[in-house]
Amino acid sequence: MSAAELGLAGSVFLACAVEAVEALTIVLAVGSTRSWSSAMTGTGGALLVLAALVAGLGPALTQLPIDVLRVAIGGLLLVFGLQWLRKAILRAAGVRALHDEREAYASEQAAARAAGARAASFDGYSFAIAFKGVLLEGLEVAFIVLTFGANQHRIGLAAAAAGAAVLLVAAAGVALRAPLAGVPENTMKFAVGVMLTSFGMFWGAEGAGASWPGADAALLAIVPGVLLVALAIARWLRVSQSATTMREVAPKPAAEREAIGA
Amino acid sequence: MSAARSALLAVWEFVVGDDWRTALGVGLTLAATAALAQTAVPAWWLMPLAVLALLALSIRRERRRR
Repeated sequence: MSAAELGLAGSVFLACAVEAVEALTIVLAVGSTRSWSSAMTGTGGALLVLAALVAGLGPALTQLPIDVLRVAIGGLLLVFGLQWLRKAILRAAGVRALHDEREAYASEQAAARAAGARAASFDGYSFAIAFKGVLLEGLEVAFIVLTFGANQHRIGLAAAAAGAAVLLVAAAGVALRAPLAGVPENTMKFAVGVMLTSFGMFWGAEGAGASWPGADAALLAIVPGVLLVALAIARWLRVSQSATTMREVAPKPAAEREAIGA
Repeated sequence: MSAARSALLAVWEFVVGDDWRTALGVGLTLAATAALAQTAVPAWWLMPLAVLALLALSIRRERRRR
């Protein structure tokens, strides 16, 4: 497997795993509170829609000329990757709250209980919430599978990496019967943001007609470079955030207290 | 709201998210790289610099909002 293929499989696996953890929380909450069979039917339905989307759009995308594909996919990956990276940096720096699976689980359970009585056979609420949750979380993964896979003509590999992540998370969920709160979601999102941004830069510039020094080997400098910059920004934000907090809680000097009449 | 308008809004929200300025910046960077690639000057260096600036500006905007 080449470095680019390894990057493709790793990025798709991580992105899919982190979205699957969030989808699992929703399915577990409605399943345990209302109806397992309806929640599982909703999950299966959403996975079928996502698979159909990848199977339908994948071959069509690979028919586009390579430069058009690279510039379009590079641009989309950059827009997407910069969003993932910005949110992950802000969470790592403590500016934005971390996603708490236990809190999300409790909130989904409370909503499921408040949704009223359920029918004896098929529970529409469980079906709809599981379907919507899995579909929305899965759309980002389908997008990553399509863009990464189409660009390298390896949609099969990208889909296999996504499938492996779903199976792993589902197996962990079945074994624990609880949301996977211990998974380092933000670290995974950080890594995915770095990969999407790096590959977006590489393919976008190539598609626009630029030639990277060292061709594909340039990725060996781009990925660590983006990672280092992102870590440095997160560190700088954390330090500046703590300095602001210290200033806010520190006792004011006597002259300043007098000036404000304290 | 018509179904087509709702679908377009959903696609916009999905792709562009809450920061349209970054999406615009990416589009302009790709256009500038394509223009530079038509000259004798190497064009690859523009992308890393632009991405660094877009990321920093996007973080600054969100930090100011909070």
